[in-house]
This record gives sequence, structure tokens and C-alpha cells, in this order.
Amino acid sequence: MAAVVEVRGLVNRFGRQTVHRDLDMSVEEGEVFGIVGGSGSGKSVLLRSILGLQKPTAGTVLLGGRDITGMSAAELRGVKAGYGVTFQQGALFSSLNVLQNVQLPMIEHLQLPRRALDELALLKLRLVGLNADSARKYPAQLSGGMVKRVALARALALDPKLLFLDEPTSGLDPIGAQAFDELVVYLQRELALTVVMITHDLDTLFGTCTRVGVLVDGKMITDTLAGIVHNPQPWIHAYFRGPRARQRETVQRETGHGA
Amino acid sequence: MYCVARRQADRVELLLRGEWRVTTLPAIEAELATVDTGGQRRLQVDAREAQFDLSGAWLLHDFLARAGAGGVSAEFTGEAPPALALIARTLGNEPAAVGEDAMSRTAWLDPAFAVEGLGRKTVAGWRLVESLLAFLGRVSYAVGRASVQLRRWRPTSITRHVYDTGITAIPIVALIAFLIAVILAYMGAQQLRKFGADIFVVDLVTVGVLRELGVLLTAIIVAGRSGSAFAAEIGAMRLNEEVDALQAIGVDPIEVLVLPRVIGLVIALPLLTVIADGIGLVGGGLLCHTLLDMPLSQYLNRANEAIASTTFWVGIIKAPVFALLIALAGTWCGLRVRGSSRDLGRLTTLAVVQAIFFVILADALFAVMFMEMDI
Repeated sequence: MAAVVEVRGLVNRFGRQTVHRDLDMSVEEGEVFGIVGGSGSGKSVLLRSILGLQKPTAGTVLLGGRDITGMSAAELRGVKAGYGVTFQQGALFSSLNVLQNVQLPMIEHLQLPRRALDELALLKLRLVGLNADSARKYPAQLSGGMVKRVALARALALDPKLLFLDEPTSGLDPIGAQAFDELVVYLQRELALTVVMITHDLDTLFGTCTRVGVLVDGKMITDTLAGIVHNPQPWIHAYFRGPRARQRETVQRETGHGA
Repeated sequence: MYCVARRQADRVELLLRGEWRVTTLPAIEAELATVDTGGQRRLQVDAREAQFDLSGAWLLHDFLARAGAGGVSAEFTGEAPPALALIARTLGNEPAAVGEDAMSRTAWLDPAFAVEGLGRKTVAGWRLVESLLAFLGRVSYAVGRASVQLRRWRPTSITRHVYDTGITAIPIVALIAFLIAVILAYMGAQQLRKFGADIFVVDLVTVGVLRELGVLLTAIIVAGRSGSAFAAEIGAMRLNEEVDALQAIGVDPIEVLVLPRVIGLVIALPLLTVIADGIGLVGGGLLCHTLLDMPLSQYLNRANEAIASTTFWVGIIKAPVFALLIALAGTWCGLRVRGSSRDLGRLTTLAVVQAIFFVILADALFAVMFMEMDI
């Protein structure tokens, strides 16, 4: 198994504040990797470093075995066509309708005829569970769940093998979040994706992820789900064994549903 | 080569090879277009040597669907690519048609569409007038309420807006007033010199700057600076649901967002105008001194004679009115932002255009009024 995403010795420093100190992380092909951490622990900075949106203070980031920290803008452009990203608020372009939002990466990177663009974008929309009626809508007319789905469709526009999701279920109701989790698992299996997601949602974490990386003190502690819940580190313990997590387990035990 | 077609007695064999990826789509599509089934009814597809991503599989799906529509049945040698099954499952049996735009390319030729468009525009126009009246009503109400309860004046906020719209605008207003006065004096001097009436340059500059140009140019600069800022600030607050939050807390957005800006600008613009007038007169004097060799004392004497007691006030009286128009246009446009950042851009532009238009319109009305009054 080859590492699709590999981060070695990452350091990010802003002024006097050190966000990451010597952080290592590795995601293998076909994994769903969850990144967890408290507010301000540097999850977004880590994601931006991996995406090549921000140059880290030190360390290397390898995507598909190639170091992106020293790349020129032109090289990075090619790398960026190889992964898909969804942002926390969806980040749909508000001046474009849903169909155009999904088409934008294709128009930018490929030379395709109009019909193929329309049909491919529509296929991607159908894939994330949206129908043709929503294609002509504008982002302002969409519900929160639909925004997330369109963002996912746009991330899949260039058929990437690697998908980054930033808080995919934040702002969704539990039913919508559950449906989105199932969608991510479905797409991951069908399209053989590698998924890296930042999430705070314990249900998402347990429902989708194969491994978890916890950001504590600027470093990452990586383990399987079964392993991480027994980690004695205080923050991790509080996260996975805190009142909210216990409530969740109690409900599951009483109703007889497993994670 | 991504596909090779071989014709057999009873069927066409299609051998697919290579990487059918989104990046190679145009090349594959061009190749597929050359595949000729030659009237055969059966198509034998061998996709075992090709790799597909979803877009590549879609292309094959699309090709087979079109072949199927032409009466050609396709079957796979070995297994069909799994992505093909995913596409079939995703698209289901529904026709995958993209809904037409409400306004397609030829629709405007249709008379019914034109009538409908006219109707929509009329209703939209009326709604706009209604909303303007409602806005002005709410502002008047807020002013009325604030004049009874002094704590509603929000002096801190007003001070901030006086600073933002007034103090920080001084350098640009002063510079432009100076340059305009210089240009006016220079142009005037060139023409008046022909008649030996150099001295009247002073009249031109002083009366022109004090009555018209000082206040008008200041208002236009402020409309561009602060009218747009008002619209953008309030518009961004609307997008961020801050305006809704204010209302939910029980605070009148008009009172906290519109009133301080209006009052702040009504205070700031006359003060800016005074500065513009002063700098304009200095600029005119400087040019007369250097270009026409007029002693400064003579410039001052002539200026004293040229300007009547009303000249300065005729100019300055317009400033609060212009300020009111600019601030109302900016804040009104800002409050109308809803939904998207595109709306924000559109209304910010509109705020400036409207503000400048109303300022010039008001200036024309003032000119007529002062003429009637013989000032």
C-alpha cells in the first residue's frame, strides 16, 4: 500500500504562535482518514498545508509521492487537478448556478464539448443524490444539506482519487448528516477513493473512518478507531470518553445499535 | 488508440484499451465518433484491457446508449467495467435532461414573453418604490423616536462615522479641490486674457468654487468613498445574518445602522466642504500669483469684492442635503442585499451611481431655486 498523503516534520508558525511542531501524518490508499482536534489546534492550517494553499514554515508534504512544498505554481496546478476538496461552508460560487459550479473545474482543466459538460456535471449531481431540477438553482436557493452535496459533486468533477472534506456534516441535522455519511462511504467504495476528512462529529467518525489522527500539542497521534478510544492522553480521553461520547454509547446500548 | 473496431460476419467487435480518464476524454470522444457499426445489429465490447474512471465510463455509457437508440445491441466479452454499472444505477431510467433556462435564446422574440417581461418589470419597479417609501418612513420614524429619547442618538457610532467619512477623506478632498481650482483659474485666465480682463479670473475661481464646485466635487468624492462603504458594510452584515440578529435582539437596524451613518455624514460633509472651499481659494490664489503675476493682496481684495455675503452659504447649504442623499442611497442599497455576494457587488455599485445621480439632480434643483430667489 502506497501512502497517498504523507506529511513529514511539518512545522507551522505564525509570529510567536506555533501551530504544528514536527507533525507526521500518513494516509494510505483506500482509507477514510479522520482528523480530530480541538478548536484552534490547527486542523484547518494542516489541511491548507496539505492542499498547497499555504506554504508551511518547515517540513514536507507529499501527495502521491511528490513533494508539493517546493513546487512552482504551474506544477501545483497539476497536483490540484488530482484531488477534490469540499470546504466547511460549501464555498459554492454564488454567481454560478449548481450546474455551472460543478462544471467550473472541468471547464478550467479540460476541453470538453458543451453536451459532455452538461451530462457529466449532471451525472455527478445524480451521484451525490441531487436531481436535474436543482441544476439550475443558485447556491442562495439551496438548503444546507444540498450545499454540501453540490460541494461534493464539484469536488468529484475531475474524478479525483483523493478527496478532502472539511467538516462535511457540520450544520446538518442528524438525519441529513447520517445520509451524508452514507453517501461518503458509498462513493468511497464505488469510486475507490481515499478520503481525508476533518470532523467533529463522533457519529461521522465512527460511521465512516477507518483511522483517526488526533491533533494534540501541534503533533498528530494516529490510531485505529478501536485503539484511539483507549488512548490515555487526557484530551483524547475527554474527546472519546467525555459525557457526549458516553451518552452516545448509552443510547446505542439501549436501542441495540452498534457503531 | 483507445478503441479498435473489427467487423465480423454477424457482429462488430470493439476492443477498448488504455486509460479512459477525464483528462483523455476529448481524444477518446473523437475516436469513438469514427467507429462505424456498418449496419450490424450486434456489438461485442471487450473492455478488459482498459481502465476507466467515472467520466471515461460515462463516455462509453453514452456511446452504448446512442448505439442502443439506433437499434444496436451491445454485449461485453468478460466483465463490464464496474463504473458502468454505477452510472446505470445513478442515472436510473429517468431521462437525464437539464432543465431549460427560463430565458432561452429565442424566448425574447415571443410576444407573450415580452408582455410578461414588461409586467414583471412594472411590478418589480412598483415594489422598489414601495420599499423606498417604507425605508424612508422607517428612517423618519427612527429619527422621530431618537429626537425624543436622547440615548438613541448613539454618539460613539456617529463619531466613528464622522471620522471614517470625514477626517479620513480630508487629504483626497483637499487635493482634488486644489487641482480643480487650479484648472479653473488656468482655463479662465487663458480666455479672459484675450479681453484684458485677467482680474475676473478671481471672480471665476472664488464664485465657482464656493457656490458650485467645492460642494459638488466633495459630494461626488464622498459618494464614491462612503456611499459604497455604507452599502458594502451593511450588505455584508445582511449576508452574515447580523441584521437579522439585531432584529431578533429587538434592536431596530435602521436606528443602529442607518441613523448614525446618515447623521455622521450630514455632520462630516459640510465640514469637508469648508475645507474644500478653503483649499480651492488658496489654489486659485496661488495660480493667479504665479501665472498672472497678481499680488496676493490684490487677489484678496478682488475676492472680497467678488463674493457676496451669500456666496459661501449658498454652497454650504447644499452639503447636508447631499450628505443625506448619499447616506440614504448607500444604506438603502446595503439593506436590500440578500442571498449572495453577487447581489452585494451589484448594490454597492448601484449605491454609488444613485448617490451621484441624486446629488447632481439636487444640485440642478438648487440652481433653479437660487435663480428664482435671485441669490
